[in-house]
Amino acid sequence: MATYTIKEAKPAPSGSKGAIYWLRKNLFPDIKNSLLTLLGLYFLYATIPPLLNWMIFEATWSGTQAEIVKEGARWIFIIEKFDQFIYGFYPEALHWRPNLVLLITIAFLASFKAVSNIKIKIVFMLLYPVICFVLISGGWFGLETVETEKWGGLMLTLVVAAVGIIASFPIGIVLALGRQSDMPIVKTLCVGFIEFIRGVPLITILFMASVVLPLFFSDGIDFDKLLRALIGITLFQAAYIAEVVRGGLQAIPKGQYEAAKSLGLGYWQGMILIILPQALKISIPNLVGSFISLFKDTTLVLIIGLFDILAMVTLTNSDTNWLGYEIEGYVFVTLIYWVICFTMSQYSKAIERKFNTEH
Amino acid sequence: MNKTQLPESTGNGFLNNPQNRAIIYQVIALLFVIFLAYYFTNNMFENVEKRGITTGFSFLDDVAGFGISQTLVEYSDATSSYYDVFVIGLLNTLLVSVIGVVFASVLGLLIGVGRLSANYLISRLSLVYIETFRNIPILLQILFWYNVVLASLPSPRQSFSYFDSFFLNNRGLLTPEPIFESGSGFIFTAVILSIVGVFFLARWAKKRHDLSGEEFPIFKVSVAILVLSPVLVYFVTGQPIGAEYPELKGFNFKGGITIIPELLALIFALSIYTATYIAEAVRAGIEAVPPGQKEAAKSLGLKDHVILRKVVLPQALRVIIPPVINQYLNLVKNSSLATAIGYPELVTLFSGTTLNQVGQAIEIILMTMAVYLTISIVISLVLNWVNAKMAIKGR
Repeated sequence: MATYTIKEAKPAPSGSKGAIYWLRKNLFPDIKNSLLTLLGLYFLYATIPPLLNWMIFEATWSGTQAEIVKEGARWIFIIEKFDQFIYGFYPEALHWRPNLVLLITIAFLASFKAVSNIKIKIVFMLLYPVICFVLISGGWFGLETVETEKWGGLMLTLVVAAVGIIASFPIGIVLALGRQSDMPIVKTLCVGFIEFIRGVPLITILFMASVVLPLFFSDGIDFDKLLRALIGITLFQAAYIAEVVRGGLQAIPKGQYEAAKSLGLGYWQGMILIILPQALKISIPNLVGSFISLFKDTTLVLIIGLFDILAMVTLTNSDTNWLGYEIEGYVFVTLIYWVICFTMSQYSKAIERKFNTEH
Repeated sequence: MNKTQLPESTGNGFLNNPQNRAIIYQVIALLFVIFLAYYFTNNMFENVEKRGITTGFSFLDDVAGFGISQTLVEYSDATSSYYDVFVIGLLNTLLVSVIGVVFASVLGLLIGVGRLSANYLISRLSLVYIETFRNIPILLQILFWYNVVLASLPSPRQSFSYFDSFFLNNRGLLTPEPIFESGSGFIFTAVILSIVGVFFLARWAKKRHDLSGEEFPIFKVSVAILVLSPVLVYFVTGQPIGAEYPELKGFNFKGGITIIPELLALIFALSIYTATYIAEAVRAGIEAVPPGQKEAAKSLGLKDHVILRKVVLPQALRVIIPPVINQYLNLVKNSSLATAIGYPELVTLFSGTTLNQVGQAIEIILMTMAVYLTISIVISLVLNWVNAKMAIKGR
C-alpha cells in the first residue's frame, strides 16, 4: 500500500494579498483607473487640509471680537449667539422648559421599548403631546405664557417637525385607507386630496395656509402664524405619509385580508389588528425617509416669517456688532441638519437590513 | 339529514348589508365635504367683502409697474400688465427647471456610475458626495451659494476672466452673446437637415443590419454629419454668426449675456441636490440587473460596449427612469424656493410681489398652484407613457 504524506500548505501566490495587492486591485488596476485615483487624491489634497485649517486649526474659539487674528472660522460668533440659535427669543429664565421637553421626549421614546402593555402605551401617546405643549407654551399650572412669536431657533424647527410628524400620521393612514377603499366617492376624495397636495410645492401650501386660510373662517376664529404654518405642513406631510402607507398596504398579500375576514373581523377590526400592523412595519424605512424630507422642509417656514434655526443666521447677522458672520452661521446650521438627517437615514437603513430576510 | 339553519340576522337588516352601509358612509363623507366647502366659501366671501378686496381676475390687465431683473420676453415697467408678469414668472420657472434638469442629470449620472466604480477611492468619494448633499436642506444650500459663495465674488472691475470672453463677478456671470446676421438661416436649415438625415441613415443601417448582419459605423458617421455640415455651411455663407463680447465700461460691463447671481445660485443648489437622488437611482438601476445577464451576454461572445448598450442599459433604464422623472418633478417644485433669494420666477413674482400689490390672495395662489399642478400632471403623463413603453413585453 502506497503511503501518502501530506505536503506543507504553500503560501498564497506572491502579490495576491496584503496592502500592496489591495492598492493595486482597488486603486491602480489599469491606466484609466490610476489617473482617476490620482485625480481623486489631488481633489482630497486640495480640499481637506484647507477645510480642516479653516474649521479647526486656524479657528477662533474664544475671546472677544477684537482679538480675532487668525484666518479661520470665527466660532466665537456661534458661541456668543448660541442661545438664539437654539431657543430663539424664548425668555432665558424659562429655557429649562424646552430642555425638560427634550428629556421627556427621550424618556418617552425609551419607554416605548420598555413598556409592553398596549394600554399604557396609548395613555403615554395621548399624554405626551399635551405635556409638551403645556410646558413649552405655558398658561396652565402657574407656568408663564410664552407667545409663539418668541419661539425660535432649533426649538421651533423641532416643534414644527414633531407636530408635522405626529399630527400627519393618523390623517395619512386614513387617507391611505380611503384611497384603497372600494367606495368610489371616498376614494375619489382621497385621491384628489393626495394628488393635489403632491402636485404643488410646499411653499405654495404655506402661502395658502398663511394668507388664504384666515379668510376661510369667520372672524371669531383666530390662528396665529405658527399654527397656520403647522396646519399647512401637516396637510402636506399627510399626503406623503398616505402614499408611503399605501405602498405598505399593497405589499400585504391578499390572503391576509381574506384571513381577517374569515375570522369574522369587521373592516376596522381587521385593519387595526391584522393589516395595519404588518403594513406599517414594512413601511418604516420609507416613513423614516419621509420624516427626513419633512425635517429638511421645515426650513421653508422662514419664507412665511417664522424664525427657525436657518432664519436665525440672517437675524443674528443683522446685529450691528456682528456683521458678516453668515458663513459661520450657515456652516453651523448645516452641521446640525446634516447630523440629524444622517442619523435618521442610517437608522432607516439599519431597519431595512433587519427586515430584509431574502438573500 | 339535519341541515344547520343559519341564524336569522338579528339587527336591522338594511344596515347590516355592507353595500347599504357603504352608500351611507359615502353620503356622510360627501355631505361633510360639501358642508366644509360651503362654510369656507361663505366665510371667504364675507371676509373679502368686509376687507374691501376686489374679486375676479380683472387685475391681470392692470399695469404692474415694477422692475424685473431677468425677463425672457419684452417687459416694461410702464406698460406691462400683471398677466405679462405671470408669463415672465412662468418662463423663468421653466428656464431654471430645464437648466437644472440637464445639469442634475449629467452630474447624477457621473456620480451614480462613480458609486459603482471598481476604483475604491472614486466610489467612496461619490458616496461622500451623496451623503453630504442629500442631508442638507435645499433651501440652506440655495442661501449658502447666494449669500456666501456668490456674494464674496469680486466687483466687476476685479472680475475673474476666462479667455477674455467669460467674466465672473458679484453681478453674475457674463458670456458672449451670439449675433445672428442675415444668412444664419442657412445654418439652422443645415442643422435640421442633418438631424433628419442622420435619423433616416440610422433606420437604414438598422434595417441592413437586421437583414444582412453587416455593421455600419453609424455613430461615427452621424457625429461627422452633425458637426461637419453646419460648420461647412457656416464658412460657405461667410460666417454669418458673430458674437458680442462683454466689455468693462466704467464700473460695469456692457454687452453680452448676463446670468444673474440668483439664477447661478439656484442652478448650483438645485442640480447638486437633485443629482444625489439621481445618482442613487442610477446605482440602484444598474445593480438591479442580475450579473447572470452580463455573463450570459459575454458567453454569447458580445463585445463589452454591445453588452452595455443591448443588455444592461435596457434593463437598467426600466428601473432608473421612473424615479429620475419623479426627481425632475421635485426639482421643478423646489425651484419655487427661489423666492428666498429673489430670483424672479413664478412664486417670487406672482405669489410674492403681485400678491403684495394686489392683495387678491385666493386668485393669485390658485393660479400659482394651477401652474405647478399642470406641470406635475404633464410629467406624470410622460412617466406613464414611458412606463407603458418600457414594460416587459409579452407577459
